[in-house]
Amino acid sequence: MISVENLTKYYGVKKAVNNISFNVKKGEILGFLGPNAAGKTTTMRVITCYLSASSGTVRVAGYNVFENPLEVKRLIGYMPENPPLYTDMTVLSYLEFVGSIKGLSGRKLDESTKRVMNLTAIEHVKHRVTGKLSRGYRQRVGLAQALIHDPEILILDEPTAGLDPKQIIETRELIKSLAGQHTIVISTHILPEVSMTCQRVLIINEGEIAAEDSIENLTKRIRGSEIILVEIEGPKNEIGEKLKRIDGVSEVKFQCTKDNSLQVFHIETKPDFNVRKELVKIVVSSEWGLNEMRTVSMSLEDIFLKLTTKEEEV
Amino acid sequence: MKNIFYIFKRELGSYFTSPVAYVILTVFLVLSGWFFYNILAGFIQYTLQMDQQAAYYGVQSGVNVNMMMIRQQFHNMAIIAVFMIPMITMRLIAEEKKTGTLELLMTSPITPIQWILGKYFAGFILYTAMITLAFVPIFLLFLFGNPEFWPVISGYIGLLFLGGAFLSCGLLISSFTENQIIAAAVSFFIFLLLWVIDWISSSLSYTWSSVIKYLAIVSHFDDFSKGIIDSKSVIFFLSFIIFGIFLTYRSIDSVRWRM
Ligand SMILES: Nc1ncnc2c1ncn2[C@@H]1O[C@H](COP(=O)(O)OP(=O)(O)O)[C@@H](O)[C@H]1O
Ligand SMILES: [Mg+2]
Repeated sequence: MISVENLTKYYGVKKAVNNISFNVKKGEILGFLGPNAAGKTTTMRVITCYLSASSGTVRVAGYNVFENPLEVKRLIGYMPENPPLYTDMTVLSYLEFVGSIKGLSGRKLDESTKRVMNLTAIEHVKHRVTGKLSRGYRQRVGLAQALIHDPEILILDEPTAGLDPKQIIETRELIKSLAGQHTIVISTHILPEVSMTCQRVLIINEGEIAAEDSIENLTKRIRGSEIILVEIEGPKNEIGEKLKRIDGVSEVKFQCTKDNSLQVFHIETKPDFNVRKELVKIVVSSEWGLNEMRTVSMSLEDIFLKLTTKEEEV
Repeated sequence: MKNIFYIFKRELGSYFTSPVAYVILTVFLVLSGWFFYNILAGFIQYTLQMDQQAAYYGVQSGVNVNMMMIRQQFHNMAIIAVFMIPMITMRLIAEEKKTGTLELLMTSPITPIQWILGKYFAGFILYTAMITLAFVPIFLLFLFGNPEFWPVISGYIGLLFLGGAFLSCGLLISSFTENQIIAAAVSFFIFLLLWVIDWISSSLSYTWSSVIKYLAIVSHFDDFSKGIIDSKSVIFFLSFIIFGIFLTYRSIDSVRWRM
């Protein structure tokens, strides 16, 4: 449904998105997970035709966003990070306005307005001015405007940011209930959020995709395991063979040779194993020299550390 | 076409839900009314003098209402318009940028030209309402005197063209910033520059001075207030308006690349 190929976006000289590619299948909910300033909003803005890319192509339902923006815009319902409200309009007249510029009119417009107000539970504030609403209601009106033309694709930029816990749960329920009929892309910097709503996660950091998997696989890959860097003086192949046989080692990767005989390896351990003692024994018994041993954390873990693992209290 | 109308309707509506429209209309009417009163007072005094002189010398007095009053009132209205139009145009695009609703417009299936035109027309209608209301005192002159009708109409058209040109320029400036106050201040400065630009033309070489003279809005407006609708001036105003709207479009389009 959405295919992004080698997308790069510069703001002046600053690279916000660096050569990323991914696909979203029809009916899927994709989570866009990444710390602040990772490039989530930028990517979404390119998909929704708000920004143009510096290079790369983006297709939505087969339409190129740079060549057929109108077709793409008809297919997408977009909720920006800050709900784009005209603060002097009432909820009802605002939704009617958005509906009309999205191509609805007459009975269809009335029905759609009613439908989205029901869906997002804002019927009772429809005569209030949007500028006077609380953050939670504004967010709901923002969601309602994204849904008004019943778009095939929904792009929601941090839809739960700034909401209180009860509103967060309601919003997630709402998003889940939309699954199936819509293809949905949600961005968030909150780790548990994706596990609750998304089927597939794309972790984006500093403008690059760091991982792409289901959330279960991702957490499994990270929890408890570590990467150890060792510099050993000795024959490369033999070292590699023996390291692999250590109990608790899941992967051994050769990095480089330093000063002719110093071999640098990365050893990835299975969760909750400490392999250091065994490693030293092997080095000693094989009469190699151990030059250095230290933990390098996984880049993915780094990213996870930067992610908020708890929802902020409001 | 429909899209232009939706934008137009929302924009005009928001002029009237905020105090902006009422403030603009009131200030314009009060100022132009005050100027008109002064002209009228001056005119009456002058006429009385002329009548006395005429009686003394035994000749017919002939005072030209058009030349003396109406033309001057047009100029006053044009000057007040220079002050008021920045207030009409400042929010048109700057506010959308600031509140983020530009993102809504740019991701909706309407073209930038459609919403730019919708906004332009909304500003133009508010301006037209302002000018039309301020014409009421001028029409009162017809009840008490016998001014020529045609120069009044051509002056009205001239004011619409003049305002149309300033509105298109103000719209463009509003697209450069998200700060309404800056938009208004810069617009006001540029309008004044366009207004007085022919003063400096005398100190320039012939080619430059004719270019500047052509750009001087006031000289084109003068024709209208004298009752002349010159096709050259009409073309000047129309191309000014179209050019301003085109540049606004380019400015909006380039936002997508720059930011
Ligand atoms: N309009 C802009 N002009 C310049 N830099 C920007 C602009 N918008 C975002 N950036 C920069 O691009 C990077 C990515 O931003 P963004 O896509 O908003 O990240 P996220 O949504 O993941 O927090 C950030 O470093 C941010 O500072
Ligand atoms: Mg963001």
